[in-house]
Amino acid sequence: MKEALFGKTLDELTALAVEIGLPKFTGKQLAEWLYQKDIQSIDEMTNLSKKNRELLSSKYEFGLVDSTKVQESIDGTKKYLFPTAKGKFIETAMIPDDDRKTVCVSSQVGCKMGCLFCMTAKQGFQGQLTAGEIVNQIRNIPERHEVTNIVYMGMGEPFDNLEQVLKSLEILTSEWGFAMSPRRITVSTIGIVPGMVTFLNRSEAHLAVSMHTPFDDERQKLMPVQVAYPLAEVIREIKSWDFGRQRRVSFEYIVFKGLNDSPRHVQELCKILNGIKCRINLIRFHPIPGTPLEGTDEATLQKFKELLNDKGILTTIRASRGQDIYAACGLLSTKEMLG
Amino acid sequence: MPKAEEYKNNPIELEEVIITQNQEISPEVHLISWKRTQHFVPGQVVKITLDRAVPPRIYSVCSGNDDPEISVLFNIKEDGVLTPPLSAVIPGMKIWATQPYGSFKDGKKPAWWIATGTGIAPFYSMFRSGMSENKTLIHGVRQLNQFYFEDELEWVMGERYVRCCSREQSCNVFPGRVTQYLSEINDLPTDINYYLCGKAIMVVEVRDLLISRGVPYENILAEIYF
Repeated sequence: MKEALFGKTLDELTALAVEIGLPKFTGKQLAEWLYQKDIQSIDEMTNLSKKNRELLSSKYEFGLVDSTKVQESIDGTKKYLFPTAKGKFIETAMIPDDDRKTVCVSSQVGCKMGCLFCMTAKQGFQGQLTAGEIVNQIRNIPERHEVTNIVYMGMGEPFDNLEQVLKSLEILTSEWGFAMSPRRITVSTIGIVPGMVTFLNRSEAHLAVSMHTPFDDERQKLMPVQVAYPLAEVIREIKSWDFGRQRRVSFEYIVFKGLNDSPRHVQELCKILNGIKCRINLIRFHPIPGTPLEGTDEATLQKFKELLNDKGILTTIRASRGQDIYAACGLLSTKEMLG
Repeated sequence: MPKAEEYKNNPIELEEVIITQNQEISPEVHLISWKRTQHFVPGQVVKITLDRAVPPRIYSVCSGNDDPEISVLFNIKEDGVLTPPLSAVIPGMKIWATQPYGSFKDGKKPAWWIATGTGIAPFYSMFRSGMSENKTLIHGVRQLNQFYFEDELEWVMGERYVRCCSREQSCNVFPGRVTQYLSEINDLPTDINYYLCGKAIMVVEVRDLLISRGVPYENILAEIYF
């Protein structure tokens, strides 16, 4: 199998061009064809000579991968199924909302984190995605020209696949790449602190942290990561960064009935987030098979939001999208396709 | 101290420690140790790195809280950054480690400890700390030589120490995975605590099985290898 060009950075493209005897500037030309033009094959790179295209094709392939299935929700959300190079499958959600089109990308096949409320956790971990496989989820959907926002909130924990995620961000935000503003990209983590630090150093994209409760004892029963990276450590690290005016940090909070929806939780959230300019995104729980958890009722959800807003923490409720096609938050899974 | 204060004043700092022991207790599985300088709670973890510039990895402490040393158990990952050089450390060498921290802690209540592979580490720490009296330990491995510390555990815990092996057979060893063993038990206790440590897929499968058998999720605490 030939190596894919798609997913390589400008430096890598330049190096490979030089290695096969092409001029150094070919790297820039390749990046433009791969990330800025709407072609699918090396043969369409018409500013390269036929001989050079043949030389490239003898060692490399363009590297786009088509989705093999698409489902559409009654609310317009679409879920794409993409095969990976290692014979597995990942899911990508495209969520339209007025003039916005947000793509929710996966960063791993399955997940190692084992969160109690998440469907992806139930399939375990099957492998890492390459930067090309991450960016392909945006480049190779029919809505690619209309994408306004990207969120790394699909299958997997982005900071458990840090280097490929950072590489994908470089491709998406560089002038030679997709030239997207990093302010339109949000990477969500459950709080892998070393990865978070590297990300904050090397990327300008927004950060989202899955919190779900401010109390350690409750969190560790929902999210085993709490044992290794306690929320206190995550918060402490975030407090040491100046997010400035442009960069945003937000906390994701699935609201469970009778578990994390009380005024006591509001109080503690205010305490631990004191000093961080942030927002909280409240998320309705989308039940998964066999779950002992229940989503909170609408009235409690609204009250919880109001209490937080009254305390000065900007809090919004995320609209549930694509629930009928299992594309909503926490529902992505390709377990049934595992051999 | 009010809880919010804890978020400011409890940094987990790396310190230089000197290796006192490196034992290969099974093929490709090492137990390394250094001098203990503080009290810890069995079940806690430490961060380790060989180079301060490289982000540390997290390991469960695998020694008792009265032992003079802190030990960690790991298997060598061929493509790993840390474990191949860590397996080669010799007494007298310096590495970087934090003090133990974390909240994977058991109490006096009856509990089942369920582990796969090197996930035995926190439970061995609890065992070494004299906490095994009303506990049942279920350890799942692929090969018989992966029942680390089995002589000691069997001697003290007797029938409360259950071994499951998925690829080899032996007397007194359940032939199959931990999930199989649990699914064949008709009356799993629902009023005790369950502690799980190992790979994500084991933790998720065992947790689902326990919940489906009536164990409240609040009674289940898991630690996953990352």
